[in-house]
Amino acid sequence: MNKKVIYTFSALPYRQKIPVYGYYFGGKEKTVAVVGSMRGDEYQQMCVCAMLVKRLKALEEQCFIKADSGIVVIPSASQFSMNVGRRFFPVDNTDINRMFPGYNLGETTQRLADSIFSTVKDYQYGIQLASYYLCGDFVPHVRAIESGFQDHSVADDFGLSYMVVRQPQPIDTTTLNYNWQVFNTTAFSVYSGSTSLVDMNQANASVDAIIRFLIKRGVISEEAAVSDGVPTVHVGEGEMKKVQTQNAGLLHKMIKPGDRVNKGQVLGIIIDPYEAEVLEEILSPCDGVLFFSRTAEAIAQHELVFTVREE
Amino acid sequence: MIQDVVSVRLPVGEDLIIQKNHIVGDCGEGPRICIITGTHGDELEGQYVAWKLGRYLKKRIHKLRGVVDIYPSLNSLGVSTIERGLPGFDLDMNRIFPGNTESSANEYIAKKIVEDISGADLAIDIHASNIFLKEIPQIRINEKTADKLVPMAVHLNMDLIWVHSAATVLESTLAWSLNSTGTPCLVVEMGVGMRLTKSYGDKLVAGILATMTHMGMLHEPLQPVYPPIISSDGFVGYVNANQSGIFMPEKEHGSQVEEGEILGYVADPLTGIIREELRSPITGLLFTLREYPVVYSGSLIARVLGGAEE
Ligand SMILES: [Zn+2]
Repeated sequence: MNKKVIYTFSALPYRQKIPVYGYYFGGKEKTVAVVGSMRGDEYQQMCVCAMLVKRLKALEEQCFIKADSGIVVIPSASQFSMNVGRRFFPVDNTDINRMFPGYNLGETTQRLADSIFSTVKDYQYGIQLASYYLCGDFVPHVRAIESGFQDHSVADDFGLSYMVVRQPQPIDTTTLNYNWQVFNTTAFSVYSGSTSLVDMNQANASVDAIIRFLIKRGVISEEAAVSDGVPTVHVGEGEMKKVQTQNAGLLHKMIKPGDRVNKGQVLGIIIDPYEAEVLEEILSPCDGVLFFSRTAEAIAQHELVFTVREE
Repeated sequence: MIQDVVSVRLPVGEDLIIQKNHIVGDCGEGPRICIITGTHGDELEGQYVAWKLGRYLKKRIHKLRGVVDIYPSLNSLGVSTIERGLPGFDLDMNRIFPGNTESSANEYIAKKIVEDISGADLAIDIHASNIFLKEIPQIRINEKTADKLVPMAVHLNMDLIWVHSAATVLESTLAWSLNSTGTPCLVVEMGVGMRLTKSYGDKLVAGILATMTHMGMLHEPLQPVYPPIISSDGFVGYVNANQSGIFMPEKEHGSQVEEGEILGYVADPLTGIIREELRSPITGLLFTLREYPVVYSGSLIARVLGGAEE
């Protein structure tokens, strides 16, 4: 393992300099790049990367990483945000994951994105530990933006239950995933269930999924120990059934991502915040699996609160 | 007449209602112009314009033909809490247009706003830079829409029309959503965040009235408006800090500067040293200048407009 500082950010004369680290494993080829937290609330994403660094260190010592294959892991670009409890980059509140491919003479987060992108581009495969723009928990899955540039079937090698394909919106064109694809990297985002709360079991499962991918892609020896994967179902994001609130108030959810649901089942209730009367029973639109559950104690009207995968 | 554009129930006992001042002239049917501001909660220059214009038109209703809709606050939660983005959602409202009805309350609101404005003969979306940079009164036009919009912008009494290059991400702005669906929308940038600059506001109000006269909406003699400088990206020089520290300006915003002239310093008050001297890359007009002193490596310090076509 070789730990390098890929970018240093000076946070005024009054704070210590803030580094972005790259952890390099294996040989010289640019085979797989993994990027962790870019937002200050992506604790789970950082945790997955940290555990991946630990696992790869051990695999390298066992000589299980193929001689030529090179892996780089960037666990976090959000140290500055995390240490002050902010989701986006402090001061200008920009989202690093909306700044790709970056610009080395541009604004602060454009420079940061440029330093990350110049490190991770040209790799054959790119894996981002990502979070959704709405706060919430997912069934762990792989995700990619449909850019037309890549073959999504490779995603099956993670051995996760679902591969979700998103049709790009204008805003997606500045994400890492999209720019990786534009520059010929086969790119996937791994959603490790939670974001702001660390879930060690899920984190371990995500590390296993990445190791399975590395084994299947011939980067790591098949002798490496890893849990079994499952067959992957490919789903368009648009096929997910969206459940929105008709009312507003305190939200009580009765199920969690991964739970089976039946059509008409009560997924949660909204109660009056002053008088506790039930204002709304939120019902499942179909039989299937609860895929996404919004993190909120109180919720407004017209909000996406659940998505259900019809099965 | 005050009208509701869209209403959404908030979590605890309140409705978020986006409202507009719907002013119908006494002189019969005619064009509709929309004056929009408050997408970014920390940009307040448009508040003065909305207030001043509404008061003026109330007195001149007998001279007005057509409809003026004034939307003073698209992001009411942000304006009321001094937050640039959408509170609780953390996103920039000007990156969620044209909105949709199936994701979040904010995207629902965005969609209803676009529906309400759509079909107007002209929309003017007033921004006030941000808290970091001060701007001279200007109109920003995407090069893809320049042919149509530049002729509509010249009467607005702004100092500069900046025709900038197209970026896909900007397709999620209100202006793009409107322009791409046939409602012409001009974006004004002027002043600085969290402040009101009365002289700029008065200039824009005069420009809006002149534009309305040209559109046949106001039967009144024109106040003189000055032709703007029209420029493209090629004439704009950028100055970004390469060091972090406290910015100390040496030049006044809006002044003429020479190539190589010092615009200011990035200072280190802990040690008393200068970390970086910031110089103008070209000779021209200092039309953007850093207002907020804390800067990081990369922070935009200034933009200078060189050799533009008058
Ligand atoms: Zn703005």
